[in-house]
Amino acid sequence: MGVRVVKPGMATTIQDLGRPGYYRVGIPPSGSLDQYSSLAANLLVGNDDSAAVLECTYLGPQLHFEAPTVVAVAGANLPPLLNGEARATWESFAVAEGDVLSFDYLEGGARAYIAVSGGFDVPQILGSRSTYTLGSMGGVEGRVLAEGDWIDTGDTSRATPGRVVPESLRTEHPKHREIRVMMGLFDHRLTPSGRQTFLRTEWRLTPVADRTGFRYQGAELEFEERDPPFGAGSDPSNIVDAPYPIGSIQVPGGIEPIVLHRDAVSGGGYVMVATVIGADMDLVAQSAPNNTTRFVEVNLETALEARRDRSKRIEELRMAVAS
Amino acid sequence: MAYEIKSPIPGIFYRKPSPESDPFVEVGSAVETSTVICLIEVMKTFHEVRSGASGTIASIEVDDEEMVDAGQVIATLEPDDSGN
Repeated sequence: MGVRVVKPGMATTIQDLGRPGYYRVGIPPSGSLDQYSSLAANLLVGNDDSAAVLECTYLGPQLHFEAPTVVAVAGANLPPLLNGEARATWESFAVAEGDVLSFDYLEGGARAYIAVSGGFDVPQILGSRSTYTLGSMGGVEGRVLAEGDWIDTGDTSRATPGRVVPESLRTEHPKHREIRVMMGLFDHRLTPSGRQTFLRTEWRLTPVADRTGFRYQGAELEFEERDPPFGAGSDPSNIVDAPYPIGSIQVPGGIEPIVLHRDAVSGGGYVMVATVIGADMDLVAQSAPNNTTRFVEVNLETALEARRDRSKRIEELRMAVAS
Repeated sequence: MAYEIKSPIPGIFYRKPSPESDPFVEVGSAVETSTVICLIEVMKTFHEVRSGASGTIASIEVDDEEMVDAGQVIATLEPDDSGN
């Protein structure tokens, strides 16, 4: 059983929960950038959390199914078409042998997740099927999908069409987002005015936004004067090389902040002024070029509270989809 | 009825293949279904957008190097009228 890729879409990759535990040796976690939507798609087709899905960025692929199965699309508002007929997102639907799944234009968000009953089956690398294209590992030969690819799919015995994620548990896709951050580790390098500029600017996402990082434009940040320490470059945005947390916001040259996401490099010499809290990384993933973002400072307590809220929402999602 | 050529992806709209080149098409240009209308830059790559129909370009709706959303109309064309 499996699917044939008729058209690959844009930067479509196989992703799952990711490959945690190897960042210290330079291998990033990878996995679906919007973990919540990816999980929703899996639950809709009766899969385990760890099943692999397709992550589609902006443009959907065209897939030819060579056996009957059940499919669901969640995340971005990328309208599915089955043999040209509209299907809903956030709902599972039956697919017959020979059916073709394609997509209409993106209407909101940035990344849609396609789950198929039994999951997309490729070899696991370091415990994950996630594609990490920069390292050429995981997924289909470590790369984005290409025309003509064949992908095996797993056991369909738990497939149930007609499962629905209720409206209240779907991700909304506004064109403006407030993303919560904790300041640091290097925010002491900003002047009080630089700090204010960072938190007050309405940042606009540039087209330079991929699985590695999301680059924004909107203002220039002012840094404190200093004599560069040994090992740091002379630009005020340089630091002595340090590890980069996923979600950290680096600002090369004091312009164009970059939020690092799940395919990020593990370290380097750019100042990180703040870090997006874990609970909001899914929101970053759904930002499309030209969307605006304000970074809102929160403390650790609020960040942990947000994490608990996210876990609660995931439990609600499980209950709602299973019933 | 004018035919709308839409951008399938969000990104930066370019009317020329390179800064020194002439635009891919102008108002009044005759195009085939496969004629490239523009480039859209996103995620550090350039994607060609093709006409999708044959006819004559009636309007170009976006300025060079402007940001476009997915599904946004970038040009319209008067389709060839096979009846005439």
